[in-house]
Amino acid sequence: MSAREPFSSVTSAAVPLPRNDIDTDQVIPARFLKTVNREGLADQLFFDWRYLPDGSPNPDFVLNRPEMPGRRILVAGDNFGCGSSREHAPWALTAWGIRAVISSSFADIFTSNALKNGLLPVAVPPEELGRIGSILEAEPAAELTIDLEASDLRLPDGSIIPFTIDSFARRMILEGTDELGYLIGHESQLEAYEAAHPPRVSTLA
Amino acid sequence: MNETTAHSARPRTIVDKIWDEHLVAPGTEGAPDVLAIDLHLVHEVTSPQAFDGLRARGLSVRRPGQTLATVDHSIPTTDRSLPIADEIAATQVSRLEQNCAEFGIPLHGIGSPHQGIVHVIGPELGLTQPGMTIVCGDSHTATHGAFGALAFGIGTTEVEHVLATQTLLQRRPRTFEVRVEGALHPGVTAKDIILSLLSRIGVGGGTGHVFEYGGSAIRGLGMEGRMTICNMSIEGGARAGLVAPDEVTFEYVAGRPHAPIGAGWDAAVDRWRNLITDEGAEHDRSISFDAGDLTPMVTYGTNPGMGFAITDRIPDPEALTDANQRDSLRAALAYMALYPGERILGKPIDVVFIGSCTNSRISDLREAARMLRGRQVASGVRVMVVPGSTEVKRQAEEEGLASVFREAGAEWREAGCSMCIAMNGDQLSPGQYAVSTSNRNFEGRQGKGGRTFLASPLTAVASAVTGRLSDPRALL
Repeated sequence: MSAREPFSSVTSAAVPLPRNDIDTDQVIPARFLKTVNREGLADQLFFDWRYLPDGSPNPDFVLNRPEMPGRRILVAGDNFGCGSSREHAPWALTAWGIRAVISSSFADIFTSNALKNGLLPVAVPPEELGRIGSILEAEPAAELTIDLEASDLRLPDGSIIPFTIDSFARRMILEGTDELGYLIGHESQLEAYEAAHPPRVSTLA
Repeated sequence: MNETTAHSARPRTIVDKIWDEHLVAPGTEGAPDVLAIDLHLVHEVTSPQAFDGLRARGLSVRRPGQTLATVDHSIPTTDRSLPIADEIAATQVSRLEQNCAEFGIPLHGIGSPHQGIVHVIGPELGLTQPGMTIVCGDSHTATHGAFGALAFGIGTTEVEHVLATQTLLQRRPRTFEVRVEGALHPGVTAKDIILSLLSRIGVGGGTGHVFEYGGSAIRGLGMEGRMTICNMSIEGGARAGLVAPDEVTFEYVAGRPHAPIGAGWDAAVDRWRNLITDEGAEHDRSISFDAGDLTPMVTYGTNPGMGFAITDRIPDPEALTDANQRDSLRAALAYMALYPGERILGKPIDVVFIGSCTNSRISDLREAARMLRGRQVASGVRVMVVPGSTEVKRQAEEEGLASVFREAGAEWREAGCSMCIAMNGDQLSPGQYAVSTSNRNFEGRQGKGGRTFLASPLTAVASAVTGRLSDPRALL
């Protein structure tokens, strides 16, 4: 993807999904990966939790509550995004409207994929995640603010939780640029590297 | 060269050595390292959007000769002479064919004798070699780490980066030493080692790290057992896992189609011998256990870290003090319809799947066939055997393994990912139980509502013949 809209902060009520180890097969089941596009995946987000076997919405699943559409922040349990490397997971989340996921930790590949799509993986200490959960239980429509410029999360009680996003990815998202242009800018170093390191294998041979 | 000299003073891990060798441009405080990639494997599912990205920017593929494509995820494992019935899958496969033709990338498509699961064909062709950096838009790329390569899964945006530049922006990972000493008992396999590790550290235990597997039990494994272990590194949260190369590695690589030959081979082996973690080099974390203490393992829950000895009883969520862990276990047992205190041994099963990039190589099939020979699949159980590549299939047929499977009542199919990811129609029905040699037991992974017990090929065969989850040691 080329240039995106620059992003600096988001204020929104949250979608609570307090479950640990939510894997990317839950975020978007594999049978939807046969698409050749990256758009239009909002309907497939959390599909098997969201819809009953007869295809009707599961009334017990959080995304099906009438107040949820329009919310921009997902609050999930520990180790969000484990499993498959499918970038369809952040594509589905952002297509539905999610701009940030708050958890106590994220899987590595998910973090990388999310940042490349302007989706913020906001990691907070486990006790703070617990506190956010309690706040949302008491006050389900409470708004949270995630300020990427300041790298902090502001809770309705006025408290501020700092978080860390990879400094390079942070700059890319704030500026609305992407990494490929930066990599292409290394052409002279790359040529020097290639001159000194002939390919170890050739698949064309 | 200066880089190497500068680093030679301090002891380095194997990961450091590979990393230093591939630095195109060191990172700065504000930017990651630019890392060169030796081999990029491409398949139909995670690449179409990346090729679109190249077209949108008017870019070409920088190094087609360091790129190889195949089809594995969404293709049928039935009669290959027929067109793909699933129109969406057919479109995806033909899109890969078009993209490879347009950008000059070699493709082992349907009908090629080298078609197969990406992580099976790389090693098979000798493209996977020690000391290389290998990436693929697939989280099980860690498989190639068995050769002492740094291999990891990437997303589609990164696939585009590698196609365009043959580099990636990466931060140097931390390392996690996994030492497994001792010797495995009969009936206990590489799969049981990795399932045991995952049960010890959990699915997030290796996040941010690369596993370095070592110890006498790892050294005692053949390359295919090492691949089984490295393959599931991602199930512990580590993007990569590797084993320092040794004579076993060199012997496996030698003579393969893309292996170096002549003087090039000798020079390569000399280089590869340096790919060890130096004495005194420090890992960020470590764990060790004894292979002699292991029994056949099986998962009971909905992530690969929820595993135990096959003789164990289902744990009780109420015994857990952490509320989130309690909720996770409760949800997992509800999905699996299993109950605290219940024995898992003897649980009736519906399907057995032998295949996937974890356990579909010739040695897996030989072990499975050895146990199955002279026995029959229990009535009412569906057994699918899906070789990892067309070459593995050919070899298994030549060795008579295929007829062992067929005569026992198992389905012998064409190569692909099949029921490991259940994208191609090979899937469980809601509520069915499967013993699977694959790598993930997530909810719905093998079909919506399907329930997966991950286990070794031996445990899979033992369960196939009894129709119940069974301890393979009873059938040795």
